[in-house]
Amino acid sequence: MLNNDQVKHIAGLARIGVDETEIEKISTDLTSILGWVEQLEKIDVSGVEPTAHISGIENVAREDGAHDFVDKDKIIKLFPERKDNYNKVKSVL
Amino acid sequence: MIKELHEKLKNKEITAVQLAEEYFDRIEKKDKEIFAYLTLTRELAMEQAKRVDEKIARGEEIEILEGIPGAIKDNLCVMDVRTTASSKILDNYIAPYDATVISKLKENGAVFLGKTNMDEFAMGSSTESSAYGPTKNPYDLERVPGGSSGGSAAAVAADEAVWALGTDTGGSIRQPASFCGAVGLKPTYGRVSRYGAIAMGSSLDQIGPITKTVEDAAIILSAIAGEDKYDATSAQSANKDYTDYLTGEVKGMRIGIIKEHLEGLDENVREVIEKVIETYKNLGAEMKEIELPYAKYSLPVYYIIMPCEVSSNLARYDGIKYGMRANDHKDTELDFNPENRTLLENYFDSRRYGLGAEVKRRIMLGTYALSAGYYDAYYLRAQKVRTLIKQDFEKAFEKVDVILTPTTPSPAFKLGEKTADPLQMYLEDIFTVIANIAGVPAISVPADPVETEGKKLPLGFQLMGKWFDEENLLRAAHAYEINK
Repeated sequence: MLNNDQVKHIAGLARIGVDETEIEKISTDLTSILGWVEQLEKIDVSGVEPTAHISGIENVAREDGAHDFVDKDKIIKLFPERKDNYNKVKSVL
Repeated sequence: MIKELHEKLKNKEITAVQLAEEYFDRIEKKDKEIFAYLTLTRELAMEQAKRVDEKIARGEEIEILEGIPGAIKDNLCVMDVRTTASSKILDNYIAPYDATVISKLKENGAVFLGKTNMDEFAMGSSTESSAYGPTKNPYDLERVPGGSSGGSAAAVAADEAVWALGTDTGGSIRQPASFCGAVGLKPTYGRVSRYGAIAMGSSLDQIGPITKTVEDAAIILSAIAGEDKYDATSAQSANKDYTDYLTGEVKGMRIGIIKEHLEGLDENVREVIEKVIETYKNLGAEMKEIELPYAKYSLPVYYIIMPCEVSSNLARYDGIKYGMRANDHKDTELDFNPENRTLLENYFDSRRYGLGAEVKRRIMLGTYALSAGYYDAYYLRAQKVRTLIKQDFEKAFEKVDVILTPTTPSPAFKLGEKTADPLQMYLEDIFTVIANIAGVPAISVPADPVETEGKKLPLGFQLMGKWFDEENLLRAAHAYEINK
């Protein structure tokens, strides 16, 4: 059902690098899972509202204010590469 | 068990430091084989224990959890402690803040022994998808402890922790509890704040306890429950001591059973569940047959909703802000000079080498289901079926107070038995996932062990309760536990 080009396309959208050798296995696995979830197609859902999350809590608001994070250095230390307090990344362009 | 240890601490039969040492000694002896822990937090534990001992020495009263040592699943952030979610992509991640459940347990004076192994990003039912290797079932080292909270369940079963925290998106607290002979509680969605839990499926995830007894689960729940300004889905609730509801009585309680859930079971498993039903009858509960016609679609609904939420939640692991960046990676077969790589190649390689096969599979599945042209057919349809399942429960709870089912179709399976075919592994969650789809609280309680290949293996049964009615759920579970 999912051909190799579709798998490559999905992997690209998901920003996951895949080997040519892996594609066959991914395609088989995804196809079998999608085939199995297809059983939902036989359920009549006309007029049924979707449930996004179960508790029904809506529009929880809080004060729109800034809070200082406990220790910014802890976040800066987690940068994979840094120069002083800057996160060093590849150039975008 | 927590109450007994609390009394011992109060009566100075043991100090909190001695208690923690006792557990670290046992971990030292047993954990090489079991591998429940990824990281030990000895320094933190000793500091926490000393504080409790000082309080006792000053003659101050101590609260129930003070000085009681436990384990934390490695997808919950503990400040200044390595938190990997069992993934290579977070191998070097030191959490810069505490999850809300962790702050609450700290305020309650609990002692943290360490972080436990799990399936990578909580995706699995056996702890075999951990990037650091599988945890073994303490009852039979050839078998899995279940998952994804397998390390937490194994730690409690092997007396390497008094209590443990797990997370449950489709059964990840209850299934390992069943396999390891422990109690596992998934609270109502919204009962416990998810802030600081590494997100998997945000409309399904809940944090909860794995313990030796129902009373211990009630004690931990009392400590971690409540509204949190950092989690907009956490519900308002009065602070409660859930142990108040453990009366030992279920007379007149209406317990629902679903016939088709029992019919497909192996003979030896069905006998165990039928014996549980007998016990409840003898205790004066009213057993009622009920139907949840759409519940059988819970697993396929789950395998659309969860991967969609996964694909969104895990987009953050890009090798930019924290975690593994591809050029950190030493074992890639690529012979590249990091200087020549583009930003896009960095994304692709960080995720390719940082994430495991099951995680990538679910991200891709979700990406596909959410991609242009497929949203209505998959995600939207699954959300509509979710409504039908929720309505099933609303109707059922007009007739009954709790619903009794098996937790798992069988006791613990062997390592490697289900790793080849993802669908086989997914079917492990068939009974547990229903509660996550409906958002109701559910608990797995140890029933009688099942004889399998000459070994007695633990097996749990599951109770599901009404939304935000952990009181009756725990009451029913406790009554069985003390009367079986």
